[in-house]
Amino acid sequence: MQQTNSDTKQNGWAGAMGWLDARFPATETFEYHMSKYYAPKNFNFFYYFGWLATFVLVNQLVTGIWLTMNYVPSGDAAFASVEYIMRDVEFGWLIRYLHSTGASAFFIVVFLHMYRALRYGSYRGPRELLWLIGMAIFIALMAEGFFGYLLPWGNMSYWGAQVIVSLVGAIPYVGPDLMEWVRGDFLMSEVALNRFFALHVGALPIVLLGLVFVHFVALHHVGSNNPDGIEIKKNKDENGVPVDGIPFHPYYTVHDIHATVVFLFLFCAVVFFAPEMGGYFIEKPNFEVANPLKTPEHIAPVWYYTPYYAMLRAATFPLFGLDAKFWGMVVMAAAVIIPAILPWLDRSPVKSMRYKGNLSRWALRIFVVSFLILGVLGVLPPTKEYTILAQFCTMLYFAYFVLMPWYTRVEKTLPEPERVTE
Amino acid sequence: MKKLRKFLRAAATLVLLVLAPLSWSAATNDWPMQEFEPDLTNLPSLQNGLQLYANYCLGCHGLQYQRYGRTADDLGIPRELALEKVVFTGQKIGELMTTSMDPVQAMAWFGAAPPDLTLEARLRSPEWIYNYLKTFYVDDERPLGANNKVYPNVGMPNVLMHLQGVQRFDTESEQLVVEPGSGTLSVQEFDQAIYDLTNFLYYVGEPSRLERQRLGIYVLLFLVILGSFTYLLNREYWKDVH
Amino acid sequence: MSTGDTVHDAPAGDSANNDGSSRRYFLIQATSVVAAAGAVGAAWPFISYWSPSEKAKALGAPVKIDISKLGPGEMLSPIVAWRGKPVFVVHRDADTLASLETDIDMLADPNSEITEQQPDFAVNAWRSERPEYGIFLGICTHLGCSPKYIVTENFEASGQGGFFCPCHGSKFDMAGRVVKGVPAPSNLEVPPYRFESDTVVVIG
Repeated sequence: MQQTNSDTKQNGWAGAMGWLDARFPATETFEYHMSKYYAPKNFNFFYYFGWLATFVLVNQLVTGIWLTMNYVPSGDAAFASVEYIMRDVEFGWLIRYLHSTGASAFFIVVFLHMYRALRYGSYRGPRELLWLIGMAIFIALMAEGFFGYLLPWGNMSYWGAQVIVSLVGAIPYVGPDLMEWVRGDFLMSEVALNRFFALHVGALPIVLLGLVFVHFVALHHVGSNNPDGIEIKKNKDENGVPVDGIPFHPYYTVHDIHATVVFLFLFCAVVFFAPEMGGYFIEKPNFEVANPLKTPEHIAPVWYYTPYYAMLRAATFPLFGLDAKFWGMVVMAAAVIIPAILPWLDRSPVKSMRYKGNLSRWALRIFVVSFLILGVLGVLPPTKEYTILAQFCTMLYFAYFVLMPWYTRVEKTLPEPERVTE
Repeated sequence: MKKLRKFLRAAATLVLLVLAPLSWSAATNDWPMQEFEPDLTNLPSLQNGLQLYANYCLGCHGLQYQRYGRTADDLGIPRELALEKVVFTGQKIGELMTTSMDPVQAMAWFGAAPPDLTLEARLRSPEWIYNYLKTFYVDDERPLGANNKVYPNVGMPNVLMHLQGVQRFDTESEQLVVEPGSGTLSVQEFDQAIYDLTNFLYYVGEPSRLERQRLGIYVLLFLVILGSFTYLLNREYWKDVH
Repeated sequence: MSTGDTVHDAPAGDSANNDGSSRRYFLIQATSVVAAAGAVGAAWPFISYWSPSEKAKALGAPVKIDISKLGPGEMLSPIVAWRGKPVFVVHRDADTLASLETDIDMLADPNSEITEQQPDFAVNAWRSERPEYGIFLGICTHLGCSPKYIVTENFEASGQGGFFCPCHGSKFDMAGRVVKGVPAPSNLEVPPYRFESDTVVVIG
């Protein structure tokens, strides 16, 4: 906040900042990343989610640290300690719901953030590395969510983890031994719980924070993309400032602050009025303690994994002498990883969907719809018809990537504008 | 305030309706379920539910995550009175509402240890509990002489029989029929008792629910106020940008 | 504007802009105040999360102590705990009681003037409800060690024994009153208690 009307204060403040700046690049850093970081002035709705993801990350870290203070990572006490937090600890229910709702919110904002990149070609050069770091964040986030999901030690936690860990067993030759090594036991037990706890609260948060940091560094080095997909740095004024850029601070800070409040309104509406979200954010079978002898009737992962889970289940036939289970794992892993090579698949002369041709537009639409259908199928029990539909959508999912070098080259594109449009 | 809560409930219902086709079908059989509308503000109902629970259920089914003291406070019962009326185990008021039944013996008696019911209303649903408790009927083929329509072949005996009376399944009308005068409660009284008991279990599932919703209203109102300021601030700055 | 339409060359000085900046200043202030209130509100659950839980409160519930076997000159053993803290219960004989009223020159607060160290009923020479039974929290008021019960004629506090803290050498007499010249600033705390009968005390 800048004030121009109190010179004395300015002097005192300037003096203190001078002292600090001589020892630490405070002003320099602030200017580089905020007040002299020029962002395109035409950001739209989809550009809120990067910041919101950071915001949710902070929420998860703070509430997570607080939960750790009362959570007990042991087979006998984990489930009871969660209920202890929910009942006996002052505001424990709030901290817990903030964390459980935050997990789902994290994926909502991250999916929208990634969709933005697909829509406006944000993965294209010079942002390939930025995109790869983002993919690493996404994978680390999936791992973080998976490990955290076991910790309440409810029956759904238990069997969900059991199913995913069993995937390791699908690896030819070493699978079964590897699976035992991952669990450290002959079944999912306290041993795995303790490992997952250590990874969830220790290792992965550090990895995530590190990756988010380099994501920011890379972003601020190459500069943000924008809905027109043109480089604002190509058109600078006499001071070297992009003519289509505006200082991130204050313009995008006030923008993002307002977005945060709107987000918080929606987020808190869930936290305070529907924390279970009809069994999607907190699943009903998880109100029963883990029972290694009884699988819940319908077992499905949390909603944010269901598209990938549906693709896993869609692999129902052996191929090249390897069984379906193995191919399910391969399909799922490939589905998660394949967006990483997008920068080298997209051969279009333009970045943004605004100037791409009809083929690209339809490809993206079909991709999004098939991803959503897969997400729905992932929570439903697998029937014959659903499996066929899942297989079809899996084909469409991969077709988006595999065919991209072709359809981005053959289609007729519109000319990119010189300057950003409103 | 009430209107806002009503609106939010309506919005939540709408969201759930949209999501409903996705959700797993909870019912494991096709017995027609009666509706159940819980009411956490009805303290006499919750108090009666607690009393019934202590008298008829707590002997076998613990509420191991819930404390007597918290329950008494939330339900508006003085702690001394609660200690006298519902704590039969010699426990202190601050202790967890555990059952004194030995799970190993219980296995021998019922074939399965009676589950803890603290979270039953969240694990299944209040509707399920309400209908389950009302649909016990005489079945001589079962080891304990009772069967259940919502949970067929359940191991639990019909412990509320002397309240409800003898209920049988009439195969012609496919209805459950109570022999008149065979129970100490009338049909309406029994329904009310089961309502109270279920209402209590709904409370125990999430004792902070009312506090959560009350606080939520204030949080959302605050965010509306803060949001109006941030909106104006944002608009003010963006006047610069053409 | 169609060219050069960025914000860093916004003109200063015209009246519209002045209005804008004062409005801007007001909005910044107002938003900051509301947001600060929100931050305090958001911090509150995280702060109260640290206060004793229902479990801690249940464990801190009143404790019943049977003193029927406690003979004169003895301290109740094993030491009982209330809210996890050791409670010293001593049965004082007539000589000790007499000394408590006379040997007060070396005490820092002989008349229990620091009110938060005992309930009102214990503001007297023996710092207890019944003269013969002294009940104190066995936690040194210096840095929280648990003092030792010393029964020796020449313990300097009263000549009748007392409590000695091994950590930093603080001394208390048989009424838990701290002697002068030791690190402890105040008398041993007397917990709230009541006699349910002649032989049963409820602490808490």
